[in-house]
Amino acid sequence: MILDRIDAQFPGLLQDRHGFRGDATAVVPRGRFLELVDFLFQEGFQFLVDLTAVDWKDREPRFDVVYHWCNLASQERLRVKVPVGEGQALPSLVSRFKTADWYEREVWDMFGIPFEGHPELRRLLMWEDYPGHPLRKDYPLDGGDPFCTQDTGTSYAGGARSLQD
Amino acid sequence: MLNAHTPTAALDGDRMIINLGPSHPITHGTLRIILELEGEFIQRATPEIGYLHRGVEKLGENLSYQQFIPLTDRLNYCSSMQNNVGYVEAVEKLLALKIPRRAQLLRVIVSELARIGDHLVCIGINAVDIGAFTAFLYLFKQRETIYDLFEMSSGQRLHTSFTRIGGLMRDVPPEFVPLCGRFLGECEAAVDEMEALLTRNPIWHDRTRGVGAMSVEEAVNWGYTGPCLRASGLAQDLRKAQPYLGYDEFDFDIPVGTTGDVFDRYLVRAEEMRQSLRIIRQALDRLEPGPVIVDDYKVALPPKEKVYTRMESLIHHFKLVMHGIEMPVGEVYSATEAANGELGFYIVSDGGKSPYRIRVRPPCLPIFSSFDLKVKGRLIADAVAELGAMNIIAGELDR
Repeated sequence: MILDRIDAQFPGLLQDRHGFRGDATAVVPRGRFLELVDFLFQEGFQFLVDLTAVDWKDREPRFDVVYHWCNLASQERLRVKVPVGEGQALPSLVSRFKTADWYEREVWDMFGIPFEGHPELRRLLMWEDYPGHPLRKDYPLDGGDPFCTQDTGTSYAGGARSLQD
Repeated sequence: MLNAHTPTAALDGDRMIINLGPSHPITHGTLRIILELEGEFIQRATPEIGYLHRGVEKLGENLSYQQFIPLTDRLNYCSSMQNNVGYVEAVEKLLALKIPRRAQLLRVIVSELARIGDHLVCIGINAVDIGAFTAFLYLFKQRETIYDLFEMSSGQRLHTSFTRIGGLMRDVPPEFVPLCGRFLGECEAAVDEMEALLTRNPIWHDRTRGVGAMSVEEAVNWGYTGPCLRASGLAQDLRKAQPYLGYDEFDFDIPVGTTGDVFDRYLVRAEEMRQSLRIIRQALDRLEPGPVIVDDYKVALPPKEKVYTRMESLIHHFKLVMHGIEMPVGEVYSATEAANGELGFYIVSDGGKSPYRIRVRPPCLPIFSSFDLKVKGRLIADAVAELGAMNIIAGELDR
């Protein structure tokens, strides 16, 4: 188990570890994230499968940035979660994993979490002057007409269109 | 839309800017590539994506688990069955649910049919883009049969929504198995025909060999999966590596290439179609009558005749529609081998009716992010071949 090897190498690094339905998860503090990435890379976790984030609106720190790694030799998988607060930056992994480039741009676009050292951190899916970060929990499902909001400040349906109500 | 990042700002004066897209015959969807040219040669390619962004992940946070299934059809619309299967596999992993044998086998059959359909489109369109029209026509005849089979089973050709959490929407009709059996032979012959037209065709060689070659190390670093990774020489296939849906019971091979260029990707896809036919043949042999959805009314809707005649079934129906499935609190990442590569769903559940967060890991997003590297220093014509062989599906790319 990779979690045991991490514990043996860096005692006390993991804030939390758990397994659920066969998925191993490690939670590491932001400051020591790169140490763990170095170690994982040496251990053979060289395929960064996915990178995304989860917004826990009322929690402090507010976001979890979630990385999924796969060891292609042993087919072992690991999920690493790094809690980050509003406005805090994470070190970019682009220099080591090229695939992180667009993923980090997407997380910046959708959640507004900056990545330090990213060569060109700009929005990926939304356009450059789009207001806000859509996947935040306090961003309404009906964002109004995005082409009009800047002029009028109102939503075309008065905020009435929500699937939750 | 002009902004600070438009490449005109970095021009040295000699380069010409060409926009491929957002609406261009080779983009097959809506995406834009800004090419900076010196003569015919590409100096830089800047992909701009997001034209088909529907906010699927945001919508998913506001829909129930069942209601998300139709949105998965619209991810990779060339192989919607595989998205249906991939999504419900993730939810079933979260629920720790085991589905009936017949449902499992039918899921394998429709997934493999969808894989063949996707590869047919990819190769056919790639050939058309390069200028070989005939192969496309031969192949699309087969895709028509695949769509007939989908229509027969789900009522829809393209947006199938065939799966349900715990099984399938309904059983396939009796005509399905004979037509599928006939299709196996016809498709095999069509793949042979296609290979006769392309594999030893000198023009096809000129246009595809050496274009977009990539080493395994680089491909892994860029997050490649599926045929594009296997063409580079790594036999990574989730059906073998981390078997799901009982794929470990089937006898099939994983084709690999050596260089990862457009030609190798074509060969890998062609052989994968044959292997998929093998899997379907075995699955059809093992198909036995039985239920196609779990007999648990806390997860799957009771049959309609029961709902109309029995009190408990009516209550179950009502509870399931209004309150949804009782989900455990937790998070899962589940990946399946889709036609383009690893299709992953990451679901965070807080026990509510809707997922707290649902993330789709589209296989072609990391692949497309390496486009600049692949076409730098090459001709525009190579960019056309490369884009087709990457099999970029904008619906999946932008979500």
